[in-house]
Amino acid sequence: MAEKVLMKGNEAIAEAAIKAGCRHYFGYPITPQTEIAAYMAKRMPKIGGTFLQAESEVAAINMVYGVAGAGFRVMTSSSSPGVSLKQEGISYIAGADLPALIVNVQRGGPGLGGIQPSQSDYFQATKGGGHGDYHLIVLAPASVQEMADLTIKAFDLADQYRVPAMLLADGTMGQMMEPVELPDLPPAEIEKPWAVRGTKGERKHNIINSLYLDPELLEKTNFERFEKYKVIEEKEAMYESFMMEDAEYCVVAFGIAARVSKNAVVAARKKGIKVGLIRPITLWPFPKKVMAEAAEQCKAFLSVELSMGQMIEDIKLHTGCKKPVELCCRTGGMIPAPEQVLGSIEKLAKENQ
Amino acid sequence: MVVFEKPKALTDAPFHYCPGCTHGIIHRLVAEALDELGIEGKTVGVAPVGCAVMAYNYFTCDMVEAAHGRAPAVATGLKRCMPENVIFTYQGDGDLASIGMAETVHAATRNENITIIFVNNAIYGMTGGQMAPTSLPGQVTQTSPYGRDVTTAGYPVKVSEMLSTLDGPEYIERVAVNNVKNVRNAKKAILKAFKNQIEGKGFSLVEVVSSCPTNWGMTPSKALEWIDENMIPYYPLGVYKDRSAKEE
Ligand SMILES: Cc1ncc(C[n+]2csc(CCOP(=O)(O)OP(=O)(O)O)c2C)c(N)n1
Ligand code: SF4
Ligand SMILES: [Mg+2]
Repeated sequence: MAEKVLMKGNEAIAEAAIKAGCRHYFGYPITPQTEIAAYMAKRMPKIGGTFLQAESEVAAINMVYGVAGAGFRVMTSSSSPGVSLKQEGISYIAGADLPALIVNVQRGGPGLGGIQPSQSDYFQATKGGGHGDYHLIVLAPASVQEMADLTIKAFDLADQYRVPAMLLADGTMGQMMEPVELPDLPPAEIEKPWAVRGTKGERKHNIINSLYLDPELLEKTNFERFEKYKVIEEKEAMYESFMMEDAEYCVVAFGIAARVSKNAVVAARKKGIKVGLIRPITLWPFPKKVMAEAAEQCKAFLSVELSMGQMIEDIKLHTGCKKPVELCCRTGGMIPAPEQVLGSIEKLAKENQ
Repeated sequence: MVVFEKPKALTDAPFHYCPGCTHGIIHRLVAEALDELGIEGKTVGVAPVGCAVMAYNYFTCDMVEAAHGRAPAVATGLKRCMPENVIFTYQGDGDLASIGMAETVHAATRNENITIIFVNNAIYGMTGGQMAPTSLPGQVTQTSPYGRDVTTAGYPVKVSEMLSTLDGPEYIERVAVNNVKNVRNAKKAILKAFKNQIEGKGFSLVEVVSSCPTNWGMTPSKALEWIDENMIPYYPLGVYKDRSAKEE
C-alpha cells in the first residue's frame, strides 16, 4: 500500500482522479475549489493529459461531454454558482448515458451567496438539477481520505452504469488537511463500444445523442434508464452507522455536518442519551433501507445540515414519517457547533421519551 | 458513365430539409471532402441545435449531438482527447453567433485544431423563422415583423470579419452556395478547412452564406437570387484570414 501523505481535500480529489486514470480536466475558476484546477494545471501536462481553463462553466461541461462521448475518463469541478451553469450540460450527459465526474465543492447560496462552506445544493444534486428525468450518482465525502476514495469510486460507478457522478463536498472538506493514502491502481479500462473514436471504416457510426423526437421512443429510453437507476438504488447505496446498535434517537448528517454530529453524539452518550448517527455516503441513491430500519428502531430523528433543511425531506420520505424528524441547521456558510447539535439532541430526547 | 454519385460519407437516410434548402448542398460538400481526404473513418462530427440537428443521421462518420451553441466546446473536448482524429462542427447562425458566441470565439482564440462549417442563413430556421444575430437590417422575420430595427435589435454580427481580428485562428473564409461557381469555391474552402486540421495548422472556419426559402417566404430560386442581392453585399465573400498563406 502507498504511504500516507498530508493533503488538502481539493488536492486529494485531483490526485485521486489522476490515479483513477482521468487524463482530461476542464474547469473555470471559482472559490472554494480552485486548488483542484491548480493541481491539474501542474500535473496534467507532465503526464500527457489535458488541463484546460475553459471560457465558462458552460463550456467546461460541454468539453467534458465531448471527452465522455469518446469514452475517456474526464472530470470538471466547480462550486455552487458554477455548478448551476453546468446543469444544461449535465442533463445532456445524463441524456446521452455518458460517464463523467462533476465535483461540487459547495458554498453558500442562493445567488452569488458567499464563499464559506454549505450543503445547500443537496436538492440540485439529488433531485436532478437540470431539466428532464434523470439522476446523478451523488457521493458525499466526510474526510480527506474519502475525498480521494469516493473520487475513484465515482469514476468506477459512472463507467459501470454509464451515469454521470457527482462528488458533493463543501468548502471545509476542500480546504481541510488530513493524512491520506492514495492507492496505486491498475488502469481501469472498461470496454466502451459505444464511444465515438472514429469508425475506422470497420463499423456503423456511433452517435452520442439525447434527442428523441418520437415521444414513444423518448419514453422508452427514459424507462430503460430508470430500470438502470433501480439497480443502482438496490446495489450501490452507501452509509456509515455510528453507535446505532441500541440507539433510541438517530442523527442523520453527511459531510462536514456528520463530523460535527459525531462529536455531539459521543457527548450525548456521556449524558446517557442513547443516540446514534447514520451518515449517508451516497446521497443518491439515498440509503433507504437503513432509514426504514431506523424508523422501526428509533423514537425520533434529527437532520443536521448546512442548509435550511433539504435532506430532511428524504429522511421523512424514507422513514415513512413514522417518527418525528427535527432539523438542526446553520446556513449561508455557517457551521453548527457540536454544542448546538448536542442541544438539539437533548431537546429531541426530552420531547420524544 | 456515372454522372451523379452520392458521397460515401453520406448515409442512405433521406434528408429532412425543405425543398431547395441549401443545407443539403453543404452536407454534400462536407461529405465529399471527407471522401476525397480519406478521413471518414477517423472523423467525429458534432451536430448543432438547429435545422441540422439530425446531421448525425446523415454523415457516416461517428457523430455527437451537442447542446445549442456548445458544439465548439464539445469539439474541443473531442480533439483534446483524440488529437489524431479529425473533428468538425456544423452549426447555424443562431447556434454559433448568438447562444454559442463565447464557445466560438474562445475555440478560435485558442486556435483549437478543429474545422467549423458555419451556415449563415440569416434566420432561425428550425424554430420557425425568428430574427437571427445575422438577420439583415430591415429583414422581416417572425420576431422582427416590421423589419430588423437596428436601433432596438442591434446590427448583424459579421462572424468572419470579427473572428479574423483574433490572433488565434488559422483560416477564416466566407463562401456561398447559390450558384455553380460559388459552390465550387465553397467546396475548395471546405476541403482546405479539413486539410488544415490534418496538417495541424489549427482553427479553420468556413462561413457558408445559405438560404432558408421556407422562412424567408420565397421560392428556392428566388431565395438564391436574394442571396446575391441582399446577403452577399452585406456579407462579402472571400478569405478573411489565412495565416499559413501569409507566412509562405
Ligand atoms: C438552449 C436552447 N434554447 C433554444 C432552443 C430552441 N432552438 C432550436 S433551434 C434554434 C435556432 C436555430 O437557428 P440556427 O442556429 O440559425 O439554425 P438553422 O435552423 O437556421 O439552420 C433555437 C433557438 C434550444 N433547442 N435550446
Ligand atoms: S426551415 Fe429553412 S433552413 Fe430549415 S430546412 Fe427548411 S429551408 Fe432549410
Ligand atoms: Mg440559421
